[in-house]
Amino acid sequence: MTKNMISKNVILRFSPEVVGEPIVYLLVKEFDLVPNIIKASVNPDKQGYILLSLTGEEENYKASLKRLEELGISVQCLMERIKWHEEICTQCGACTAVCPSLALSIRRPEMAIRFDSDKCVACQMCIQACPVNAVTLDL
Amino acid sequence: MKSYEEINEKIRAGRAVVVTAEEVIAIAKDIGVKEAARKIDVVTTGTFGIMCSSGAFLNFWHTKPKMKMQRVWLDDVPAYGGIAAVDCYLGATELPSYDPCNSHYPGSFRHGGGHVIEDLIAGKEIKLRAEAYGTDCYPLRSYEQNITLKDVREAFIFSPRNCYQNYNVATNCGAETVYTYMGVLKPHMGNIHYSSAGQLSPLLNDPYYRSIGIGTHIFLGGGEGFVAWPGTQHAPFDPRNERGIPLGGAGTLAVIGDMKQMDARFIRGVSLTGYGVSLMVGIGIPIPILDEDMLYYTTVEDADIQAPLCDYGKEGYPTGEPCVIGSLNYAELKSGEVDFQGKKIRTAPLSSYTKAVEIAETLKQWIVSGRFQLGQPSQLLPGGGSPDRKED
Ligand code: SF4
Ligand code: SF4
Repeated sequence: MTKNMISKNVILRFSPEVVGEPIVYLLVKEFDLVPNIIKASVNPDKQGYILLSLTGEEENYKASLKRLEELGISVQCLMERIKWHEEICTQCGACTAVCPSLALSIRRPEMAIRFDSDKCVACQMCIQACPVNAVTLDL
Repeated sequence: MKSYEEINEKIRAGRAVVVTAEEVIAIAKDIGVKEAARKIDVVTTGTFGIMCSSGAFLNFWHTKPKMKMQRVWLDDVPAYGGIAAVDCYLGATELPSYDPCNSHYPGSFRHGGGHVIEDLIAGKEIKLRAEAYGTDCYPLRSYEQNITLKDVREAFIFSPRNCYQNYNVATNCGAETVYTYMGVLKPHMGNIHYSSAGQLSPLLNDPYYRSIGIGTHIFLGGGEGFVAWPGTQHAPFDPRNERGIPLGGAGTLAVIGDMKQMDARFIRGVSLTGYGVSLMVGIGIPIPILDEDMLYYTTVEDADIQAPLCDYGKEGYPTGEPCVIGSLNYAELKSGEVDFQGKKIRTAPLSSYTKAVEIAETLKQWIVSGRFQLGQPSQLLPGGGSPDRKED
């Protein structure tokens, strides 16, 4: 049976009692996933989130989400979370050199902007770079 | 040789041959400059980019009782009222007093003069607020009313400096990210930003301002406008290449146009993280093909246009010291990646090429349909009209 490898970006949100659980270790050890932390933050009252990409076998990925939820961690898959609003976009291109994954890129030679949500790692660089708020992140 | 009048007559008769500054390149390659100059009457250009030094004059009808508005706000953005009783000037980069600016660095600058201009053009309602000290003839001291562009008596864009002929290309040699009017620049030359439509840009297609002068009829923000004056910082005598293309900013235009004709697709308020607000403006200028030289100039291609690569890092541009570290042409810049000092660096535009094409196409349609005629300049710009193309 062939294994279906996938790569997903997720936000994990956890409450004070979960801080301290070795979440990343668990993902590697129990589910054989490769996590890559893009952004993480734990605020003073210890509520926190980790934005990370998970690469591994689809079955394991699904099982890991279940396990995380059992630990009281809310999981949000980020695929649809960065939105590019084509009708607002001025097609300027200012987001394209800062986008690390080429999710926002220019189709040449027409120089038209396109957004490939599968490539997006939700780093939010484009949100800072866009002069007209044509990209948004709903956290 | 064709005169403005001959070309306008053809336009009125619906017989004018009009092509864009992109299309003319292939045509001239195909049939030659001489034949192309004979066939083509007008070449249309276009640009859509962030243009600081933009703004609008507004007149609000008289209130009852009358008022000499001393201080004026539009959606909390201050406008300059020290002109007359109910006239004001709203600048594109003005910010409301509540904006935290860069005290939360880098500031996000959500709203300002540029946005109010866009909202007015889009037909949205905005809040006009005014204060005054009161006089015998103008007793009212305070006024507040929601208005739309329809309620404004006259409204026109009058921008002191738009449409830069060419412009700096920005990178950041420093060790930290900088937030500039040229966008977010990552450290150690992490990216390169440029801001020109290159081969489609108006003043690059008439590099010696032979036809673009005071009174030239233009596309401005989706409506019709005029070149009013040389723009501020107009520098026609900057160094040029063998084609006459300036190697730096060089020429600029002061432009004027009726806001009530404009379309918010072609004029947009912008927020530049860490810098402030501004206005993206769409400008299209028709170039009359008066002779072969005019046609030759319009065949300029991206590879013919060099721009100075400047360090916008903390030790560069902000210091006021020379900051040019190289030169790149627009063909390289538009490719998305350049090789500079042995490093591959990603490039991105800040001005929209697809919109520039749309503007040049729209202007072409206007002329072909006979609704838009050429305006012969009543006076050329400083540095205008010379020299003729050097034969090689
Ligand atoms: S968040 Fe924006 S910059 Fe980051 S990967 Fe996605 S599209 Fe690119
Ligand atoms: S920076 Fe914003 S407006 Fe410009 S191309 Fe990207 S999404 Fe569109």
